[in-house]
Amino acid sequence: MSILIDKNTRLLVQGITGSEGSFHTRQMLEYGTNIVAGVTPGKGGDWVLDGKIPVFDSVKMAVEATGANTSVIFVPARFAPDAIFEAADAGIPLIVCITEGIPVQDMMRVRIYLDQKNVRLIGPNCPGLLTPGESNVGIIPGDISMPGSIGVVSRSGTLTYEVLAALKQHGMGVSTCVGIGGDPINGTNFLDCLKMFEEDPYTEKVVLIGEIGGTDEERAAEYIADHMTKPVASFIAGQTAPPGKRMGHAGAIVEGGSGLAEDKIRALQEANVRVARHPEEIPELLV
Amino acid sequence: MHGDGIIFVLSYNSRSDKGEQTCMKLHEYQSKQIFARYGIPIPKGRVAATAAEAKQIAEELGGRAVIKAQVLVGGRGKAGGIRLAKSPEEAEDLATQILAMDIKGLPVRKVLVDEAANIEKELYLGITNDRAARRPVLIASASGGVDIEEVARKNPEQIHRVHIDPLLGLRDYQWRDVAVGMDLSKEHWRTFGAIAQGLWRVYIDHDATLAEINPLVITNRNQLLALDGKMTIDDNALFRHPDLAEMRDLDVEAPSEIEARKYGLTYIKLDGNIGCMVNGAGLAMTTMDVIKLFGGEPANFLDIGGGAGAEKVAAALRIILSDPNVKAVLFNVFGGITRGDEVARGILSALDEVKTDIPMVVRLAGTHAEEGRHLLAAADMVTAETLADAAQKVVALAKGEKVR
Repeated sequence: MSILIDKNTRLLVQGITGSEGSFHTRQMLEYGTNIVAGVTPGKGGDWVLDGKIPVFDSVKMAVEATGANTSVIFVPARFAPDAIFEAADAGIPLIVCITEGIPVQDMMRVRIYLDQKNVRLIGPNCPGLLTPGESNVGIIPGDISMPGSIGVVSRSGTLTYEVLAALKQHGMGVSTCVGIGGDPINGTNFLDCLKMFEEDPYTEKVVLIGEIGGTDEERAAEYIADHMTKPVASFIAGQTAPPGKRMGHAGAIVEGGSGLAEDKIRALQEANVRVARHPEEIPELLV
Repeated sequence: MHGDGIIFVLSYNSRSDKGEQTCMKLHEYQSKQIFARYGIPIPKGRVAATAAEAKQIAEELGGRAVIKAQVLVGGRGKAGGIRLAKSPEEAEDLATQILAMDIKGLPVRKVLVDEAANIEKELYLGITNDRAARRPVLIASASGGVDIEEVARKNPEQIHRVHIDPLLGLRDYQWRDVAVGMDLSKEHWRTFGAIAQGLWRVYIDHDATLAEINPLVITNRNQLLALDGKMTIDDNALFRHPDLAEMRDLDVEAPSEIEARKYGLTYIKLDGNIGCMVNGAGLAMTTMDVIKLFGGEPANFLDIGGGAGAEKVAAALRIILSDPNVKAVLFNVFGGITRGDEVARGILSALDEVKTDIPMVVRLAGTHAEEGRHLLAAADMVTAETLADAAQKVVALAKGEKVR
């Protein structure tokens, strides 16, 4: 019923003993996510979360011992690139990096390295992945969404929650929600997710939540026009943002003539995407 | 592929107005000092904070000198901030004038006094991030010295670029391709290559998002010289560049924005009258959009970030209310890491301290929203269930209408 993660996901948490890592590991565990291991260098041999999860000194050891196939990273920004490289080198095919504030040059090196190894990265600076009823990998509150057939992909965090809650309020469930993150250089973009949703037999409709900055939404619109058979609804944040200001997300800056909300909305509408005026309008556009 | 990078480079000049800082900008003199350490030839000269110093530097340079205002905006020349002095006395006069100037609202606190160069030809050379290509791009043009954005628009064939693999670095064949493309005379290739490699090292070693030489001149003695330099540094990388972090020029930022950063808040002042406090950048932008959709004008962007506690919320409210235009405030918090009851407590303690009669609307959803709403209901605040409802209420309040 999903893309990327499901009940077969065997999750490893990098930075499991930090404050954010341990808080969210508990949340994910309570949701029913199959968490098999944690990694904090120097704390190998410990068991955390009421003795349920073993901690390892390295990702390699954790993978060998537990067969982990997905990693979620809660490591501070200055150490996060190394954590990503470590997971990739240990053979983890799917890495979800929640960490915010990674330098852009680090991300350029990470991205090129991962592309060469064929490893998929979600994020950084993202809320992670949620396949309702099966697996929660990241920080999306699980109770604001329910299982269903709508695929959600978003560059934002709390704005995504807003949309998930509005869908649930209208009785609409979600196949998988992917938070791709707000940084200018990330591992997975709209296009990658649209392709996966188009191919996923359990996803019937797609919601794309974009924001100002970059040209990813425009390229998504091209793909939708040329290849998508499933209906897409969208919301673009930042219609009132003044040019040249960085709106919190490193990615959310209007750059010269490109990156404007109105250009993205026009491109999406031309691809027959229904664009909401505000996020709570999205469920109506999917009926 | 069309690169975004060029847009970024070009936008530095045209949009570097007060407050518009996406990354930390360095002054010309700071950038050129860094260039020099990497073997890039720069004119002889030094920075001066007083006219007397400027005079002395001009004397050392032999009398003729260019006096250049050091402010972080484009268009210094047009504003009269770059002048040629023919004698030390004139250098002193001009420095006095320039140091008394405001350029686009920014005070001139320092001038760079450089040896005057005799220019035969002006080139452009820059390295920046190409977001779409996800790698650095080196950009060069034989038409430098002018607004490179104009060149890119009118004569795109005069702009040469080459993407650099960040794992491999700038390869020599790459700058040679560029040199051939811009028809650079072969006698300059060696120096040009050294400058390009130097600029690449500058860009990498300082986590720059832009390292730019404009113009890179060929002098009448047939030498290459970086006459002007610009750098911007990735804010996220400043933790490993404490020396650069100290160079931040606070003149370009509004005091309220500096205050906000102290508390880990992202605040940007806008022109409307409805203050907003939101958790998350995307939702904060959306909240502004929805206010506008229902006929209001946001007074600010404010992201309190994830997991904000009561103290941070109180600081945020103080900052919002420091803007005299604010007629009403909207709190929109969708709890995830951030807890609704914590936010409610923050709002209440801030109100205790700030004492204001500006009307407020609170919309809490997600984690512990129920508890938060109870706390606020007891304090007799206007609450809202949905974002659209909240926006309509705050717009009405800002117009002086009654809302319940």
